[in-house]
Amino acid sequence: MVLTKRIIPCLDVANGRVVKGLNFESIKDAGDPVQLAEKYSNEGADELVFLDITASSEQRETIKSLVKKIAEVIDIPFTVGGGVKSLQHARDILLNGADKVAINTGAVKNPEVITELMELFGKQCVVVAIDSRRNYNIEKGKNIFSENGKQFWFEVFIYGGKKGTGLDVIDWSKKIEKLGAGEILLTSIDRDGTKDGYDVLLTNEIVLAVGIPVIASGGCGKPEDMIDIFKNTEVNAALAASIFHYETHSVNRVKQLIQENNIPVRY
Amino acid sequence: MVSVAIFDYGAGNIFSLKTSLEKNGANVDIITSFDQTKKYDGLLLPGVGNFDPAIRSIRDYSALGFHDFVKEKIPVLGICLGMEMFFKQSQEGKEKGLDVMNGEVIILPNNMKIPHMGWNSLEITKESKILEGVENNSWVYFVHSYRAKPESSDIIVANADYGIKVPAVVEDKLFFGTQFHPEKSGKVGSLMIKNFLRVCSK
Repeated sequence: MVLTKRIIPCLDVANGRVVKGLNFESIKDAGDPVQLAEKYSNEGADELVFLDITASSEQRETIKSLVKKIAEVIDIPFTVGGGVKSLQHARDILLNGADKVAINTGAVKNPEVITELMELFGKQCVVVAIDSRRNYNIEKGKNIFSENGKQFWFEVFIYGGKKGTGLDVIDWSKKIEKLGAGEILLTSIDRDGTKDGYDVLLTNEIVLAVGIPVIASGGCGKPEDMIDIFKNTEVNAALAASIFHYETHSVNRVKQLIQENNIPVRY
Repeated sequence: MVSVAIFDYGAGNIFSLKTSLEKNGANVDIITSFDQTKKYDGLLLPGVGNFDPAIRSIRDYSALGFHDFVKEKIPVLGICLGMEMFFKQSQEGKEKGLDVMNGEVIILPNNMKIPHMGWNSLEITKESKILEGVENNSWVYFVHSYRAKPESSDIIVANADYGIKVPAVVEDKLFFGTQFHPEKSGKVGSLMIKNFLRVCSK
């Protein structure tokens, strides 16, 4: 047997509730994070990702206790992110039961934090989340692609997809790997919330650019989208939220379908 | 009630391991030194951190050494890095290992994505106390960049197939090691924790 592809439900949490938005906006309520985490763990999820999308500093204590409550009820790996900027904050999260910390804006603002985290906790604890959006203003030195006759490059966005950074996603991925990231959580803002399927072009480019595991995120609307991303890229894991939250598909059923398509999963 | 200690190197999540042990009926203390007045039935070396700092935290801050603490009487479960520390040395660091198992720890082949992260199945090669009731091909969660290379395959009780065979569970007298994380491996992992606690209670 080879290492299986991982199926990862994602819990976007705001004010203690799981929420889901479209293109990072218009948010609706999807349930209690502890209950959902336990349900997904029991249904056979391979990992969980928990993102505090409000990520305000006042929320830090609340998040700590929520991480602990979730860690008490699950027995699978667990990544926590959202507003993580400092070593101390990352440490709080890890010591309360998370296995990995995801950093996004914090890594762009202060890339050294990746190396510091790696040195202290090991590479496997350090997930760099990258939010990518197509930028059609062609600039020199960027990796240019074209779709439907239009040229663009992939730009790194921060602050929950609100602010462009001018960084090329491919260059940034290579840089964070060098700095000590252990995994990339790659979200396509172009696809997020659309249910049109994962961003195959983007995902493939990043998988080929780095030697660390990559998680595809954004756009999953049905189990076939997962099958599609695993068949068309060498990505290691697929993350999804809404297909699991609204009881459209159980984790177990999704994994059964994936296995029937000869993709190795833990089922 | 069986009473066990987790040695904390100060480098990551040991909360999940503690929770798993408690769910399986253990009384758990987290210790940072072997100088303890309380007697323990078992010791756990958790799987988060780096080789050298972890070895130093075990070696440098206790009057009583690891070997004297264990005295071939207390069962020890080493998880991932904890298991790697059982061997003579590791390519991850320069410090000497605990040397309770013959062999060394080497980096995974570079044609793999490293860290190697995800679920793989166990090929059980031998009967063992810690795998009692665990079915062959059970799924467990790995996250590591190094692997054990024992001098003799006698101590290997299960492998994982990565293209090459990687020792997944090693067992020698009262030393038990898992390359994967039982505390993160669902029900199967919990069963191994329970098995270890049964060894401790004897």
